[in-house]
Amino acid sequence: MLNLKKFIAIISVFIISGALLTACGSSSSKTKITVVGSTALQPLVEETANEYQEGNNNVSITVQGGGSGTGLSQLQSKAVTIGNSDVFAENQNGIDAKKMIDHKVAVVGMAPVLNKSIGVKNLSMSQLRAIFTGEIQNWKQVGGKNQKIEVINRVKGSGTRATFEDNVLKGKSAIKSQEQDSNGTVKRIVASTPGAISYLAFSFIDKTLQPVSIDNIQPNDKNVEDNSWKIWSYEHMYTNKDINKETKKFLEYVQSKNVQNSLVKKLGYISIHNMKVTKDDKNKIIE
Amino acid sequence: MEIKKKLLMPSKETRQDRLGKGISYLSIGFIILLVTLILYFIISKGLSTFTTNNINILDFLTKQDWSPSSIGKDGKPEVGALPMIVTSFGVTIFSALLATPFAIAIGIYMSVIAPKRGRKFLQIIIEMLVGIPSVVYGFLGLTIIVPIVRNIFGGTGFGILSATLVLFVMVLPTITSLTVDSLNAVPKYLSDASLALGATRWQTIYKVILRSATPGILTAIIFGMARAFGEALAVQMVIGNATLMPKSLLTPSSTLTSQLTTGIGNTVMGTLGNNALWSLALVLLLMSLVFNIIVKMIGKRGNLK
Amino acid sequence: MNPKTTNKIAIGVIYSFVALVVAILISLIGYILVTGVPHISWHFLTAKSQSFLAGGGIRDQLFNSVYLLFLTLLLSFPIALGSGIYLAEYAPKNWITDVIRTTIEVLSSLPSVVVGLFCYLLFVVQMHIGFSILSGAIALTFFNLPLLTRNIEDSLKSVSNLQREAGLSLGLSNWKTIMGIVLPAAVPGIITGIILSAGRVFGEAAALIYTAGQSAPIIDYANWNIFSDNSFLNPMRPAETLAVHIWKVNSEGITPDANLVSSGSSAVLIIVILIFNLSAHWLGRLLYKKMTSNS
Repeated sequence: MLNLKKFIAIISVFIISGALLTACGSSSSKTKITVVGSTALQPLVEETANEYQEGNNNVSITVQGGGSGTGLSQLQSKAVTIGNSDVFAENQNGIDAKKMIDHKVAVVGMAPVLNKSIGVKNLSMSQLRAIFTGEIQNWKQVGGKNQKIEVINRVKGSGTRATFEDNVLKGKSAIKSQEQDSNGTVKRIVASTPGAISYLAFSFIDKTLQPVSIDNIQPNDKNVEDNSWKIWSYEHMYTNKDINKETKKFLEYVQSKNVQNSLVKKLGYISIHNMKVTKDDKNKIIE
Repeated sequence: MEIKKKLLMPSKETRQDRLGKGISYLSIGFIILLVTLILYFIISKGLSTFTTNNINILDFLTKQDWSPSSIGKDGKPEVGALPMIVTSFGVTIFSALLATPFAIAIGIYMSVIAPKRGRKFLQIIIEMLVGIPSVVYGFLGLTIIVPIVRNIFGGTGFGILSATLVLFVMVLPTITSLTVDSLNAVPKYLSDASLALGATRWQTIYKVILRSATPGILTAIIFGMARAFGEALAVQMVIGNATLMPKSLLTPSSTLTSQLTTGIGNTVMGTLGNNALWSLALVLLLMSLVFNIIVKMIGKRGNLK
Repeated sequence: MNPKTTNKIAIGVIYSFVALVVAILISLIGYILVTGVPHISWHFLTAKSQSFLAGGGIRDQLFNSVYLLFLTLLLSFPIALGSGIYLAEYAPKNWITDVIRTTIEVLSSLPSVVVGLFCYLLFVVQMHIGFSILSGAIALTFFNLPLLTRNIEDSLKSVSNLQREAGLSLGLSNWKTIMGIVLPAAVPGIITGIILSAGRVFGEAAALIYTAGQSAPIIDYANWNIFSDNSFLNPMRPAETLAVHIWKVNSEGITPDANLVSSGSSAVLIIVILIFNLSAHWLGRLLYKKMTSNS
């Protein structure tokens, strides 16, 4: 009986202190920056934020994932300071891009990847398209061994899929097939499933997979920079128009040469300063 | 006067009792409040597909093309959830069917037959299993079960069968531990009486213990199915996640939850794409309610009164 | 068939089922331990995690998991206890009670991502709690309540009515009988419930991604002021748990040793659960002995 009373007393102390906490928690003097969105961009922003906070004690930056759609819709409803996105806000259903400012912070290249046992290293753009629209269904039609093609697509609405379809499918729609939502899972599935094809951001491609050249152009950073490799997109950090000074400074830091040449590269992205071309939201190239 | 007052006033015990009763009512009230809140949330969000986006409920339940954020051939968005509904039903029922006999066997073993040590050992293992994150189950499924299924049955290995096998391991601890609880709750005098009447051990287990534990076991199954139903991360890795009508247990398909989890981060709140996903959650909710009621009804019929 | 043969067959079947399951489970746990344990080192347990370099540890994630469990139990146990007592002792046998039971069961079948998003929209965004351990604990309370309540109810019910009658005949109030006699006798069962729900807390990822968050900011273990931003005790800071970390390195992690970190973390998780289980059972026995004078 005594134990129980004690227990209840301890609990009530905690509940009261919890209530106090909520009251005091918001009275911090630091500027709070909340970043939510794309899981692909999260590691970069998180690392950068950690670096930035070491030199700037007056801000506290929270970086979370949740997906590009979540990032943009939370920004739109003003629940967060910055929304990370893999896609242009213009191309996201239900988002009013005119009310937002786009800060491009990195470029990501993507390449088709195959299971290693297939034995195909190069495909033409039209072959690749035919595979993803389901016209070609066996690897021997494109010079591989006699095996059924297993398409692993990305989830509809994800930035990776949008980029791939814009550049490869040219308006045709992909066949219904397996869909996965994260780079890591796709990597594992392609590596272990015979006949599997998918596409991944460069930083996820390793020895367990066979990257594919398209029309004999190799997927690498150099080829992305001059747009001879077509499948690439920007990573965006969106803010509302009424952006405060601290947020602006942080975004400038992310775009600075310093970060672009170190962290951005280390995490497998391509620096925005190295790009010789730019793309707009309609996937048009501006030289 | 003092005595009269004392007699008329509720005693200390009564007050204590009232307080205690109050606390317990408050707690249950709190849970009901939580449930109502979340139900209201899901129902209002899930219905907006049909009220604000004017999607036909029948189309939603019977059509097979799912692509809510793009326009289909007939000029309307494609929101046919049938493949997901069928698959969700499939994996849930199969995994519960598969797990229940094992769970009951272990339950009987642990509560009726087992030597003490075996029981502790099993209990610890089962409790450890609950804590393994679903992601880990998913990856184990991807690296172990999918290749095995592919090698034995052909196909890609992704599909309802693999998902069922993964879920089997995941729901087993839930069903087992609750089954053990309800078997333990059977009064000992019942089985003693049965044994004293000359019944064999199995007769006692089957006719007395299992019978009187039936409602509890059914609840255990419901909780197990509930876990299978709501599981997303693990299933999503082994089922293939293709919004196709499952033709067999071996073709890639997609459950309500796996579709919900993969899609929710990529859609914007308030758009059809997002609302349609909440409708999937609503279907999930209604289906688990139906499951619940069915199992309860079976339980009532088999109840030992 | 002769009842005796049936008996033999049935018992045999039970034994073989149990053996099969034990084999599956042990190989499963063994697999996780064998692939993970070699990666566990003092460094792995005490270093902070890395987002793109090899050699990251899990110090913060491990602590966050334990702290989150503590807060979740703090929130959910009293409520579950009250509800369990209501259902076991006070609830009348009528349709209202049936409805209450059904709603609780339905609550446990909601996919974690739905509960996570609900808590995200209500607590993180609407109530301005923000991505925090507290939000995560609230979300997990949703999962915990049904299982825990049902478990406590069952354990209370399994206490023989004789005990209640004895208490009441001594002139104790109903409430005192419950608290002083029935509840202590139900302690072992309740402990099992807590352990099971603890397992769920350790293993849950989907619901926490949107509530407790998936990043672990720098925290200071020497700072005991729970109001301070970087104190390890502050429940208002975002926190990545071990399960979320496993999910993150597997889905979007680009560290070269993502596989090792993931299998190492899984093994640590299992070991932590084992330690937790054993100590909880031990504590349960101790409490049971102390509270019931049953030695």
